[in-house]
Formats: sequence, structure tokens, C-alpha cells
Amino acid sequence: MIDKDLASLSNQLMLGTVLLYVIAMVGYAADLAFGRKRAAAAAEVQERVLVGTGGGSEPESESDVDSFDEAAEAEATERREVDWGRFAVLMTVIGWGVHLAEIVTRGMAAHRLPWGNMYEFMSAICFAAVTAYLVILTRQKVRFLGPFVMVAAIIGLGVATIWLYNDPGPLRPALNSYWIAIHVTAAITATGTFSIAAVTTVLYLLAARREAAVGAGTPDGAAASATAGEGLLARLPSAERLDRLANRITMFGFPIWTFAIMAGAIWADQAWGRYWGWDPKETWSFITWVGYAGYLHARATAGWRGRKAAVISLLAFGCLLFNFFGINFLVSGMHSYAGG
Amino acid sequence: MARPDLLAESAEPKPPPVRPAGIGLAGWARWGWRQLTSMRTALVLLFLVAVAAVPGSMLPQRGQAPEKVAQYLDEHRTLGPLLDRISLFDVFAAPWFAAIYILLFVSLAGCVIPRSWQHFRMIRARPPAAPRHLTRLPQAASYETDETPDEVLARAAAELRGRRFRVDRGAGWVAAEKGYLRETGNLVFHLALLALLFAVAAGAMYGYKGNVLLTEGKGFSNTLAYYDAFHPGREFTASKLPPFSVSLDRFSARYVTAGERRGQPTDFAAKVRVKNSPSAPERPYDLRVNHPLSVGGAKVYLLGNGYAPTFTVRDGKGNVAFQGPVPFLPDEETTFTSEGVIKVPDAQPTQLGFIGLFWPTAAPGPDGKTTVSAFPAPLNPMVALFPFKGDLGLDSGLPQSVYRLDAAKMQRIDVKPRPLRVGETVTLPGGAGSITYTGYRQWVSLAVNHDPGRGPALVAAVIAIVGIVTSFLVRRRRVWVRAGAGDEGRTVVEVGGLTLGGPHAEFDDVVRGLSGGDATKGSDEA
Ligand code: HEM
Repeated sequence: MIDKDLASLSNQLMLGTVLLYVIAMVGYAADLAFGRKRAAAAAEVQERVLVGTGGGSEPESESDVDSFDEAAEAEATERREVDWGRFAVLMTVIGWGVHLAEIVTRGMAAHRLPWGNMYEFMSAICFAAVTAYLVILTRQKVRFLGPFVMVAAIIGLGVATIWLYNDPGPLRPALNSYWIAIHVTAAITATGTFSIAAVTTVLYLLAARREAAVGAGTPDGAAASATAGEGLLARLPSAERLDRLANRITMFGFPIWTFAIMAGAIWADQAWGRYWGWDPKETWSFITWVGYAGYLHARATAGWRGRKAAVISLLAFGCLLFNFFGINFLVSGMHSYAGG
Repeated sequence: MARPDLLAESAEPKPPPVRPAGIGLAGWARWGWRQLTSMRTALVLLFLVAVAAVPGSMLPQRGQAPEKVAQYLDEHRTLGPLLDRISLFDVFAAPWFAAIYILLFVSLAGCVIPRSWQHFRMIRARPPAAPRHLTRLPQAASYETDETPDEVLARAAAELRGRRFRVDRGAGWVAAEKGYLRETGNLVFHLALLALLFAVAAGAMYGYKGNVLLTEGKGFSNTLAYYDAFHPGREFTASKLPPFSVSLDRFSARYVTAGERRGQPTDFAAKVRVKNSPSAPERPYDLRVNHPLSVGGAKVYLLGNGYAPTFTVRDGKGNVAFQGPVPFLPDEETTFTSEGVIKVPDAQPTQLGFIGLFWPTAAPGPDGKTTVSAFPAPLNPMVALFPFKGDLGLDSGLPQSVYRLDAAKMQRIDVKPRPLRVGETVTLPGGAGSITYTGYRQWVSLAVNHDPGRGPALVAAVIAIVGIVTSFLVRRRRVWVRAGAGDEGRTVVEVGGLTLGGPHAEFDDVVRGLSGGDATKGSDEA
């Protein structure tokens, strides 16, 4: 029933994925290390852009920010022979492809969707996170997220391989329903998306702290870096942009999360005879939902940008992680067969 | 707030006053109502529901696992009763949980319903007139042209209408606004959440749920007597139970037979026959996990299963005192080693009782002396029995579990228990009788559930998602155009834009459409 060859191929592809992600991470790191001059160049260009629009205000739209990023990029590449950043993105894309192959072969080995146990969820969540990063990358300059996304994915896949590994097997009767395709896929997508939002939020907090330290005069990260010198943080975009980016990503994930819970409720109605029963996983998915809803409200209506909202968002992410690890391992509920 | 000032997000209908306005009861009441229905209070209450749910997920709950609650109380003699006093083992049915829930409901309703009304009026109001200095707006542009001001404004109005703005014209200006769907979606989301809370509560009130254990070859009709547990909603009475009946022909399970996952179930199926009412025709149904049976407005779910070994007991006088299957409860899901009790109140001269162990696939244990079950399917079904005689205590009037032997007034009969094959008999010493293990049947546990709120709850949830996605995708934005005479007979055109949540690219398109591309962008005195 289980195809052994495909299963071991899948395991090898998993190792390949991790390896490629590590290489990508090194690439991003090299980009940071050798790209120092770029920060200064960016500051110069930014000056020009601002003068061009004829105002002293900071760039308002994404496209402004992107255009000076781009100009800086171009200038920086001239001075370097290897474009480590581009190399890292390429490695990420190849790693992503191998990751996809890992998931597909795993599913083929077991003759089902590979969402059947913790190992498979973890792999799929990391895949969703990397996908989310790459999708955002096609629309905005978010390469600065790359190294952090890679670190998160490597840790996630490492945890999956070392602690959560399970040979592929058939599903338990309760999981054997087309709702697994709907509910678990949505939960995985939302979790991956929220992970990227969390990474961005952490970076926001770091950037905001640095900006506060650098002084109130130049709120823009790139400009501030010219005076603050090098370092990882100097390469980050402005705190304001990070804040806005995190908000957008969360706004994307929230409806998907809502949908995942709803699909879970419909499934629970089919499998267990009630659509909501305060099972621990249900309870914590609700708590997570409230957390993110609180974050979105805090930003939209209470006007809490910045720190306070960021803290709520990270708390919500903590609840999400607890739901995944804590509930599956500590508490026994109807969802706990996830480990098998 | 029929016309909110320059796109101020109409989050709060009115900011709650710091102190009660006016003295006296009415003032306090109004102040309290405002506090309760502010968005902030609703949010705090929502957080409170979340926080209150935490102990419900950490401590065992009576609703889900009453046996674990009993065990917890047993292990925590001092802490347990204290927690019980504040309903921490019944969190989701606790008065304080209901209090938060109801307050949240009222707060949300008080917040969202007036806001919906305001929004409705605002949709029908005209877009606000152009501010004097458009160049001070976050998005601004200006250019000069040879067209007359009227021509410019007419073109601007047409352009904006073409982009589905709502447009208003005044002396020398055009005002346009769009994106009302944002607030509409937002309100729909919140109203749908209200409907959801309402549907959940109504469903619990007018529904019922219960559990039934059904052995192969037997049937149950939907009356209280057949239920092992029955939980009616507050407004439901047992006389309203629809008169359907279900009987179980055969249950089958499939398991993984080899490898690391040996013994993991892959399929459970129960072949049942169903009648909607005693006089209705019978129909077969294949009841499975994830494939419930709908009958009489209720749903019947396959929850669990187990073995019911069958026995024939003869008493001391040689009469058959008991014959039939006895459901045993599985101790362990992976091997289905099960335990049960056989009570023979009709045995003469004394009543008999047996504690039994059942192994579906009996095999020698690792130490070679004990017996274990090696597999959950009945490949080698064996039973061991521990006989007792005396008074079963069934006449005391106290309810007694069928899975427990009250050994207080009974005496162990001294026979060495050994694993029995189907057909084997144990003869009890002293002429007390005998027991024959004649085979086994399987049983299923069914959940029967009627929840009239589930359909409305689903509709509300779908609407909520549609609402929130709409409100996230749409942004409300305003555009104003002013045109006036400039130097040398030319016309000066100013365009200003204001969008909730940051500048919007459409503004640039509008400006390009009007000016043909030679406008200066940016606020000149920011
Ligand atoms: C109201 C009902 C339900 C809710 C609110 C719910 C919620 C969730 C959430 C939030 C997740 C992602 C959790 C995480 O990060 O770990 C999840 C995962 C999952 N759910 Fe559900 N669920 C429900 C019903 C069901 C049902 C009925 C089944 C199957 C019988 C099911 C099977 C799964 C599986 C297999 C996963 C992935 C494994 C895991 O992370 O534990 N869920 N559910």
C-alpha cells in the first residue's frame, strides 16, 4: 500500500530542501555582509527621490520606496561581481521546487494528501511560509525578509525531521474525508502566512528601536543607516514600511484562518456530531482568531500603530504556535491523533 | 456623524464622554450604555472570552470527559473542589462565561446596529464638499490648461463617474467618493458574527443530543429509555423526540496489518437499517465516520466501537439464567483489550457476577505468563472470567453502572481464571453453576444530535467571511478637483485625494486622465 521507494525519495528530497535553504541563507548573509556600501548608496538616491517629488515628506507610496531600492540595487551591483542577493533568491526558488517535490512524493507514497501527521503539517507549513515570501517578493522588494524566512524554515524542517518524523501511512478513519483537503490546507496556508507576518513584525520592532535610538530627525531606516553605520538592522527598510507590510500580510492571513476554523466546524459537524465543542484545538484556534482580530482592530480603529499592535500580533502568533505544538503534545483532545 | 470629517474612520459612533452627562439615574444609564457599546468594550469582552476559554482547554471538562474530571478531583483533594466552586470544570456552561458572552452580544449589537444605520444614511448623502486648499491633502497635483474651468470640471466629473465614484458638483469644484463597500463589508461581518452567536445559542436551546450503545442484531428507537446519556436543550422536551428507529446488522473495521503502524484503524463501517417512524418502510444505510445518517431532523454519528462477547450462564439448578451479548469497554484503543461485567441476577440459589477480560487477538505476553491482545481485529478472540457470588446489590434502588461490579456483598469464587476459546465452559465449584463463552458480537456507540442552529450558523459564518474579505479589499477614497482662472487666460486645476490607510495609486491615474500627464505631483507646503 505504501510505496517504500517514493517514501525514501521524499526523505532525500527533504534533506535536499534543507541544504538548499541553508545555501540560500548563506547567500542572503553574504549579501548583507558585502552589500554594506549599498546602504549609503540608498541614502544618496533617496535624497534625490525626495527632492524630485518636491517635498520634505517621506516617500508615501510603496512604489516610491521600491524605486529608490531599485536604483540603489543597480548602483550596488555595478561595484560587485557576485550579486549574492540574486543568488540567494535563486537558491530559495530552487529549494522551494525541491520542497514541493518532497511534498508531492510523500503524498504519492501514501496515496493521499500529505497532511496526515505532524511531520507532514510542519513541512507543509514551512512550504506555505516560503511560498508566501516568494509571492510577496514578486510584488514588493522584500528580500530583506529572506534570511529570516530561511532560518525559520530550516528550524521548522529540522524540528519536523528530528522530532516529528513518521513513516507515511494511511489515514485514521476520522481524517478520511475530503474536508482534510479544505480545512487543513486552509490552516496550513494561514499558518505559513502568519509566520511571515510574525517575522516582519519582529523586524519592525527591531527597526523601530533602532530608529528611536538613531534619533527622531530621520525616520527613514535607509537614510538613518548612513549615519548609524553598518549592521544588519541598517539594511532594513523603515519601521513604518515594515509595520504596514506586517499588517497587509496579516490581513491576507486572517480571512483564510477564519475560513479554516469554519471548515473545521463543518467537518466536526460531520465527523463528531457537533460543529463546535470547545475541544482544546478548537478553543485555541478561537483564541488565536481573537488575537489577530484584536490586532486588526487595534490598527484600524484604535489607531494603535506600531509597538502595541506589534505585541498583540506576536501574542496571537504565540497562541498559534501553542495550538500546534502545545495542544498536540500536552493536551489530549479529539485533534490529538495528529501525531500518528 | 452623518458626514464624518474628512474620512475619519467612523469607528466609534460617538466618543464616550469622560463623565456621566448630567446627574441622576438616566445620566448614569446613558453613560453606562455608551461605555458598554463602545468598540473598545466589545474588544475587551472578546479578549475576555478568549482568556476565559483558556482554563477550559487546560483542565478536564465535564462536557467532554467527565471521567477525567472525577480523576482530577480525586488527585487534587484541596485544589479540585475550589476550582469546581468557580465552575472551572464546566467553563463553557459556567454562569460567568455566559455573562461575558451575553455582554459581548449586547455590546456588539449596541455598537454595530447604530453604526449600520449611520452608514446607510451616509451612503445616501452627498460626498463632502471640496476643502479650500487641495494641495495640502496627502495626495495632490496641479496643472494648467487652456480648457475653461467648466470644461475641466465636466470632464473631471465624467472621468470620476467612469471610475464608479459618486460625484457631486459645486461652484468651481467637483467632489467624488467611493469605496463604501469597505464599511458595508465591515458591518456585514460584525452583524454576521452577531447572527452566529445567536444561532449557536438558539441551537443549543432548542436541540438535543444523546449517546446510544448498540450491539449487532439489536435496535434502538428514539425514546429516552434507549439513551445512555441524554442532554436536551432548555426548550426541548423528550416528548418532541421524532419516532425513528435504527437497528445494527453488522459492524466492520479495517486495520493496517503490517509495519510500524500495525493495528491503526483505516475504516469503520456499520450496516444499519433505519425507519423514520414505526409504520414507515425500512431502508438500509451505511453508517461511517464522516458519513452520518440524517433522520427525523436529527443526525446519527458513528463514534466508537467495541466487542460484546456472548455467554450462556447456567445457575446451580441447571437452568439458563442468562444468555446473550455483554458489551465490554476497550481499555486500550490500539489492541482493544476490553473489560466488562456480566451480572446474573436471576441465578439460583445465589446471584452470580463475573468480571471479564476480552482479547480480540489473544497472544502470550512478553513474560510468557500473561495474555495480551496483539491486534484489534478478532483473529483469536479469547475471554478470561473472574466469578463472584452473592448479592449484586441491584435491589438497593441506587443506579448502578452496567460496567462495574459492586463487590461489597459478593464473594469471589475460587477458580483460577484462564483464557477461554469460543465454546469453552467454566464450571463453578460447589455446584454454583457454569458459564459458557459462546462467541462475540461487536457494538457501536452512536451520537444522536439535533441542532436547529447549525444551518443558520453556517450561513452566518459564510457571510462573515465574505464581509471581512470585501472590507479588506476595498478602500474608501475621496477625490476633489478645483478649477479656476489663472494667469494669461489659462485655467489652474488642483486635484486632491484622500484615502483611508495611505495613498492609493488610482489617484495618479485620475490625474493622468485629466491633465494628460504634465501635472506636478506632491503637496507644495507639507
Ligand atoms: C470546529 C472544529 C474545528 C476547528 C475550529 C479546527 C481548528 C483547527 C486549526 C486552527 C488547525 C490548525 C492548527 C494548528 O496550527 O495546529 C487545525 C488543524 C487540523 N485539524 Fe482541525 N479544527 C476543527 C475540526 C477538525 C476536524 C473535525 C478534523 C478531523 C476529523 C480536524 C482535523 C485537523 C487536522 C488533521 C489538522 C492538522 C493537524 C494539526 O495541526 O493538529 N479538525 N484544526
